[in-house]
Amino acid sequence: MYRYDNYDHQMLADRIAQFRHQTERYLKGELAGPEFLPLRLQNGLYVQRLAPMLRIAIPYGMLSSRQLRKLAHIADYYDKGYGHFTTRQNIQFNWPALVDVPDILAHLAEVEMHAIQTSGNCIRNTTTDQFAGSAVNEIEDSRPYCEIIRQWSTFHPEFAYLPRKFKIAVCGTVDDQAATQVHDIGLFIVKSDTGEIGFRVLVGGGLGRTPVIGKEILSFLPKQHLLTYLDAILRVYNREGRRDNKYKARIKILVKETGIELFREKVEQEWLALKDGPLTLTDAEFLRCKRYFQDPEYKELSEDSPQLLQVLGENVLFAGWYNQNVSAHKKAGYSIVTICLKQTGTAPGDITSDQMNFAADLADSYSFGELRVSHEQNIILADVEKSALYALWQSLKSQKLNSDNRGLLTDIICCPGGDFCSLANAKSIPIAESIQRRFGDASRLRDIGALSLNISGCMNACGHHHVGNIGILGVDKKGAEFYQISLGGSVDNDTALGQIVGPSFAQEEVPDVIEKIVNVYMKNRQSGERFVETFNRVGIDPFKEEVYAKAD
Amino acid sequence: MPKLIKNRQIIDDRWVLIKESRQLEDLQAYSSQDLIVPLAFWLAEHNRIQQRSGKTAVWLNSNEVPQSLGSDLHSLEVIALNFPIFSDGRAYTSARELRSNLGYKGEIRAIGDVLRDQLYYMSRCGFDAFLMRDDQNLERALSAFNDFTEGYQASVDKPIPLFRRR
Repeated sequence: MYRYDNYDHQMLADRIAQFRHQTERYLKGELAGPEFLPLRLQNGLYVQRLAPMLRIAIPYGMLSSRQLRKLAHIADYYDKGYGHFTTRQNIQFNWPALVDVPDILAHLAEVEMHAIQTSGNCIRNTTTDQFAGSAVNEIEDSRPYCEIIRQWSTFHPEFAYLPRKFKIAVCGTVDDQAATQVHDIGLFIVKSDTGEIGFRVLVGGGLGRTPVIGKEILSFLPKQHLLTYLDAILRVYNREGRRDNKYKARIKILVKETGIELFREKVEQEWLALKDGPLTLTDAEFLRCKRYFQDPEYKELSEDSPQLLQVLGENVLFAGWYNQNVSAHKKAGYSIVTICLKQTGTAPGDITSDQMNFAADLADSYSFGELRVSHEQNIILADVEKSALYALWQSLKSQKLNSDNRGLLTDIICCPGGDFCSLANAKSIPIAESIQRRFGDASRLRDIGALSLNISGCMNACGHHHVGNIGILGVDKKGAEFYQISLGGSVDNDTALGQIVGPSFAQEEVPDVIEKIVNVYMKNRQSGERFVETFNRVGIDPFKEEVYAKAD
Repeated sequence: MPKLIKNRQIIDDRWVLIKESRQLEDLQAYSSQDLIVPLAFWLAEHNRIQQRSGKTAVWLNSNEVPQSLGSDLHSLEVIALNFPIFSDGRAYTSARELRSNLGYKGEIRAIGDVLRDQLYYMSRCGFDAFLMRDDQNLERALSAFNDFTEGYQASVDKPIPLFRRR
């Protein structure tokens, strides 16, 4: 993974000194609250319902075991012994004291981490496929490009006060796992007929109050022009994005109101001034960044492990976990393991400091000391030898990290909701738990099959409810918490926005409603059909009828 | 005389900022003063205002673009860019365009809600003069220019991005 050089270290040290100074001035009353606000947000610090919340960047989801141990230390020393992974592949701590934050940032800097631009109206953490570099059928590893974008976007002097937040995702895999189409800018790595690497560029996607799937602005951007083109898009957005209404300030609204053709022309116009200028990427820079993401020292193994096949035949529980949580790897004899943080009774994406230390040890023992975080709020060991899978699985139980529900209905994406977040209209964690309890039977869950269920506690859609096969949105109905349900959303290559099924439900009704929806699917599905495929075939009506049927 | 930060030093500011065009109904009253006038006034009264003995500069609000000045801009000693509120970031783009795209060499002055903690990014985008908000301590604000020793991007102060230098 990327390692800092003296420049990176110096800039981070400068940033911490700057923020320490700003925090001191704020605490002394020399810096007014509204003026401190964007400064603390751009250092990841929110003031939440109960305490400040610190969001730490995990660039494109990559973590070393050393970094994860540092996060465990911060959780123990400055927080209440746990953290929460987010849909932006970041981690949040819910209980730090404001005065401690500069010290926490200094701890993070020791392991080349930070909280820069994890909030605020600026360019946020760039995300990518959690399998990058290990996935089968990868066009090219996206991580060197993510790192190039990370550096370009970090402390960008022109784009620190944008109309609204700005999120970029890069996808280099054939099967998009990064929700790339619902980002302000989505970059798909593509190879031209002549073998040249470039990007298909989407712009104006996003979730939130107005969910939109990104539109293609350019079908092929040669890779050396990546940063000049991004600069050009951001420049048009910074100048023309709406600032009169925060709900209409994202680039998706600008693209919609301008029209993609005219928007493209404006970007091209700006690009003319930048293209082929000093910001044009060089082969040397590509090589420099790629060097950090070379394959680890894989062994030459045969694809099948006889040992693994034998245990799979003998141990049903292990086989169940293997079928859900283990994915194919590009290298013969290796697998990608998803450690699912979706144990019933624990908030989705939450991880204790003990679990962090334990996962760090696992990474050292089984996966070259590295881990990834997915936008589904799980952690991944991306390079595990097949012959080691059984031993790995056995050890997961000791820390309750053996959830075997990856990709199933109970692998819920869920924001912190009303229990923590001051923006929320409704709680989301108890909803997730009530659904997980209702669908606690493992064989039934597997029979239902691949189904994504996403929960957001408000319109801001941190829980990606629009793109869940089943989406649940917390709404405020005359002071009471209600839940609106949508169906048919999807975030893979065929990204789709869910359709709202109808009037919202009270909290206690939700598990019954989900059960009815699942039953309609089970009744209607044809062999091999996933939930979303059945939904696309039969439409929303059968679900609507069942959910709102009057009791006889 | 009001104070200004220019090229990282505190100096006396001889320019008079005219916030609204109607202040200039009696141009005679300003015959020898150096004025920074609103863009709309400049565009409408361009010839008349230059008949005075005092110099004239122009300020642009955050929703106005430097391209509106046309070829006039190179004759202007000062172009001021207004921050109605410090969190309105449009003037950063205007400053960069003035320097990088339009080749403007004169003073680019930040006016309005200009605060200590934004000075560093402003200077990287091409601002070289800062008329700070009244309550700001200019002496202490000077340290802001040294908040960072280096930056990744191509910017006005360092047109060659770090990746070509490291």
